Amino acid sequence: MSTTLTPSPITIEIVRTLEAKSILYRKSILKMIYAARAGHTGGSLSCVDILNVLYNHVMNISPVNFSQVNRDHYIHSKGHSVEALYAVLADKNFFSVEELNSVEKYGSDFIGHPTRAVPGIEQNTGALGHGLSFSVGMALAAKKDARRDRVFTILGDGELTEGSNWEASASAAHYRLDNLVAIIDRNTLQISGRTENVMAMEPLEEKFTAFGYAVRHVNGNDLSELITLFSSLPFEQGKPNLVLSHTIKGKGVSFMEDKVQWHHRVPTDMEYTAALLELEQAEKVLGNAYGRK
Amino acid sequence: MGENNLSMGTTNLDVFAQTLMELAEHDRDILVITSDSRGSGRVTPFAEKFPEQIVEMGIAEQNMVGVSAGLAAAGKKVFIVSPACFLTARALEQIKNDIAYSDRPVKVIGISAGVSYGSLGTPHHSLHDYAVLQAINNIDIVAPADNFETSRAIRAAVHHSRPIYIRFGKKTTLDLHKPETHFEIGKAIQLTPCRENYDVALIATGETVAPAFLASQVLAEQGVTSCVLSLHSIRPFDEAAVRQAAARSRVVITVEEHSVNGGLGSRVASFLMQARIFRPLRIVGIPDEHTVTGSQSEIFNHYGISPQGLSQTALHLLEEEAE
Repeated sequence: MSTTLTPSPITIEIVRTLEAKSILYRKSILKMIYAARAGHTGGSLSCVDILNVLYNHVMNISPVNFSQVNRDHYIHSKGHSVEALYAVLADKNFFSVEELNSVEKYGSDFIGHPTRAVPGIEQNTGALGHGLSFSVGMALAAKKDARRDRVFTILGDGELTEGSNWEASASAAHYRLDNLVAIIDRNTLQISGRTENVMAMEPLEEKFTAFGYAVRHVNGNDLSELITLFSSLPFEQGKPNLVLSHTIKGKGVSFMEDKVQWHHRVPTDMEYTAALLELEQAEKVLGNAYGRK
Repeated sequence: MGENNLSMGTTNLDVFAQTLMELAEHDRDILVITSDSRGSGRVTPFAEKFPEQIVEMGIAEQNMVGVSAGLAAAGKKVFIVSPACFLTARALEQIKNDIAYSDRPVKVIGISAGVSYGSLGTPHHSLHDYAVLQAINNIDIVAPADNFETSRAIRAAVHHSRPIYIRFGKKTTLDLHKPETHFEIGKAIQLTPCRENYDVALIATGETVAPAFLASQVLAEQGVTSCVLSLHSIRPFDEAAVRQAAARSRVVITVEEHSVNGGLGSRVASFLMQARIFRPLRIVGIPDEHTVTGSQSEIFNHYGISPQGLSQTALHLLEEEAE
């Protein structure tokens, strides 16, 4: 069921802007984790491109309309990767970027998992296997009230062993929630190792398809693929949408990529310096590629 | 109510279902969520009359609670209707995180609570719910004693701004209150005049209030005076009412359809000790053992949750106190 994706010329123009944002977000994530001496590095770096595309290109959601219910909704089911969400929400002006200096500090609202105390966050998460059920509820309410809200949620692939996800999946299909978009951050690593070694859950496409989803694959670190994919929502009328988003854990910093220890490792001084240098280098390359300094 | 003028009501469960019907008539945002429990919850007529206002989730309590939080976030007034035993154990993490921690004002209704299922045994008993929910911040806990309290509690829940858990059984209950009685979540109700000093303070909750009330009549026949308090709200806990009831008594007895650990009795004992109101105290409930097999009333009688059992407990306690 893999889809061939061809970016349009318009998309390429947009991708330039978003690529710069992804680098900005990655620097922000690393800065937060380095300063807090805590956080989830690998999973934040793997899912941040998806958040980038959702918040900057796909979802109708902003500080202006956040208090209303008739807008799109985002639930961060893999709550431990909160630093990625904080980076994006700051950029979207839900709060000032300076507030990120308090992340995981004594007395801060910015704890190590999403809470509604932070502007722009829809629901408290952090225990795995909760976001999808909540999203089903929001999507069902929109259907009942004939609103066109869409509900997006990102789940970790290690999170899929929580049985509640499969209860939620049955109900999403039963109520024909084609306004629900569940995105699996398929980076193939969890805290103890390869997801398939910890608990084999493949074949995921077949499982989700059997549960009644319209399933699509995407390279979840490729902004133009993500843009193209989300432009075709809903994938099928009357079916909940499921995106197997193939990503690289630790994406963007060479020595963090696809390394299990970076699940929640905090960079040393030297690692932090090296990572920032690498991201700044990527910024320069991006500038040159698009004819800027 | 006159002391010799008792009247039996219907079941709290039926009153709950009827009250919901009345409320839903005027409020299309009221939703009932079930876990294959519409029959057990007496909400089949509700489902037939308001098919758009009932959401079936199947036998999947965790998802049911998570979905309910999402529906509430979108502005729905959500009543989860599910057996208390499964709801507050299987889905406890969802109650804790998705409802209480996330401050979603879902109305969590635990039906057939306590030992209502009788001989179906421990998997169907909820003797832990007060304990676990009291340890979770931001969810109120209410156990109505009779039809009046049930109807008032459900009406109050619709606009309650905090998450709330309400639990009751499925047997007919004694009517304990006059219709004009003031009901407020968090405010205990005195069933006897508790103005003068008396021998026994009987502090009960839920469907154990009726046996406590009848025990006070048994005691009165023997010249023992008592004050009976229906402490329908375990949270918010009515400190003033408990303080007053205990301060004027010689001994205190608490009664609940719950484990003796972590429920009403523990809460009252903890409060009285810290408030420096020291009275001989008995916590009557289900002891820390495998619950005896039997119907609800057989289990109640076995553990002394009965007019005779409670009056005996009171007399023993008064004897000890006098020594």
